[in-house]
Amino acid sequence: MSARKPTEDPLWLKVVVLTLVFAFLGLFLVLPLVTVFFEALRRGVAPALEAIREPDALAAIRLTLLTAAIAVPFNVLFGVCAAWAIAKHHFKGKAFLITLIDLPFSVSPVVAGLIYVLVFGLQGWFGPWLQEHDIKIIFAVPGIVLATIFVTFPFVARQLIPLMQEQGVSEEEAAVSMGASGPVTFWRVTAPNIKLGLLYGVLLCNARAMGEFGAVSVVSGHIRGLTNTMPLHIEILFNEYQFVASFAVALLLCLLAIVTLVLKASLEALQPAHQRLAH
Amino acid sequence: MTISIRRVSKQFARYPALDDVSLDIRDGELLALLGPSGSGKTTLLRVTAGLEFPNEGSVLFEDEDVTYASAADRRCGFVFQQYALFKHMTLAKNISFGLDVRKAKDRPDKAEIARRVDELLKLVELDGLGKRFPSQLSGGQRQRVALARALAVNPRVLLLDEPFGALDATVRKSLRKELRRIHDATGVTTIFVTHDQEEALELADRVAILNLGKIEQVGTPDEVQDNPASAFVAGFVGEASRFDGEVKGGKFIAPFGQLPAEGVADGKAQAFIRPHDFRLLKTGPLQVHTDRVVVQGPLARLEGKTEDGQRIDAVFARENAEALRGDVRLAVKRAHVFPA
Repeated sequence: MSARKPTEDPLWLKVVVLTLVFAFLGLFLVLPLVTVFFEALRRGVAPALEAIREPDALAAIRLTLLTAAIAVPFNVLFGVCAAWAIAKHHFKGKAFLITLIDLPFSVSPVVAGLIYVLVFGLQGWFGPWLQEHDIKIIFAVPGIVLATIFVTFPFVARQLIPLMQEQGVSEEEAAVSMGASGPVTFWRVTAPNIKLGLLYGVLLCNARAMGEFGAVSVVSGHIRGLTNTMPLHIEILFNEYQFVASFAVALLLCLLAIVTLVLKASLEALQPAHQRLAH
Repeated sequence: MTISIRRVSKQFARYPALDDVSLDIRDGELLALLGPSGSGKTTLLRVTAGLEFPNEGSVLFEDEDVTYASAADRRCGFVFQQYALFKHMTLAKNISFGLDVRKAKDRPDKAEIARRVDELLKLVELDGLGKRFPSQLSGGQRQRVALARALAVNPRVLLLDEPFGALDATVRKSLRKELRRIHDATGVTTIFVTHDQEEALELADRVAILNLGKIEQVGTPDEVQDNPASAFVAGFVGEASRFDGEVKGGKFIAPFGQLPAEGVADGKAQAFIRPHDFRLLKTGPLQVHTDRVVVQGPLARLEGKTEDGQRIDAVFARENAEALRGDVRLAVKRAHVFPA
């Protein structure tokens, strides 16, 4: 007779659900990715490589990596602090802080970019002062970094808060009752427990930092070779009908994303089994 | 080490968890904090450990005021309800944690720590399992690790929060004996929290009974059972049949007759009668209709009702089992009477 478990769904339902899932993934994920590959390599590898080696492209890649390299560590620091405060401590205004952390998710990135223009731009609040001291933020690298930090703000904190809340404080209390100081407790007890969640948050944050378009677009000024990040560079090339070049850079961006995901998967697989059980 | 809790109050957001509590714990004793949930017993334990600071009052270890000293400085061994073992560390690392985190000058050398870990694993009968991880242990074994870990730092006092709450009945019984054995072997002053009166009465030297943030009574298991200080204690510790009535001139007057109630003020009152304080007596004043007779080992338990519907639980020697069926007449040997 049938080897179906009592809680298992009938075959037709499984087929329908799985087909739906794969159809969606195929249409919205795989197909675009394939298109990027296809378009980038339409005229062979050489033109694609050429497009990436071009000085403006290289500058865009450098700027993207630099932005991520600043935004990610900053957000890790902020995210861990915020999650630690929210999950392990009681204080007034906690709910408000949680809402505030979500703000970058709910605000359109374009608005986020505009805010920085209004604050630091020439006509903005600090504009005259910044000009006096010869500090350029808007239409320069600092603006791009600021906008990226703003947009990627919630990733690490959002990842850690539920995790840390679920873990509660008893392990920390146990550590303290055995004489461990605050920092020792954090490094030896809290940090190992949030390692995987933190890693996931970092990767998501990194992916978004490298891919952010809207906010960066507003504050960048699109100066080729100076303030163009990879997504902006791709758009410019595309608008100039340089399809191969634009898809080649897009492909590179996709590969960066794929590398990040593979990295995450393999790091997870490296975790010893007894620790994975605990999560 | 002796511990003095002096007039401690602790207010949480809405309700008072501890309300002017004073308690003296003697050197080397095993004390149970017994009470229903929400009685403040865990809060009292956490105040002692330094995991909560009281709003008022003070906590003294010997003569030293530790009311606001940090938990890290108190050297209390604390065993958590869900054990709170470090999941990512082996048992050996869990146990040595308190030693490993000491400042270099106070830290024993590696060989000494390893020796201490082995010694503790042996004490809790987990020898040879030091390389395992907590997820590879049963509930009872985790509990033993938590105990060993708390003892590793040579605590001045051992504090246990519902130590057997998450275990099944058999494991619980054997671990109870174990805790008593370890307590007697180490001689460390020990306080444990429980809502299980059997656990408290069987294990502890003295029992402190809490209700609604106040201590109702502190005494040996015999004292709290035989001389309850309040209606709450009489009802909470041990079984009792309850009668509503009135006290007049030192006598409790119930429908079935009178009971001595010296020193109880006149007015409405409640009498608590223990199951073993009933006596079978043909001319007894209490007419009881038997619902059920349950034979348990050497005892025969009677569950029944009086004429006016009052529930009666009584215990007699097994040979009376047959005589209990049908209707019986009982006399009362002893009652605890409190103003209602």
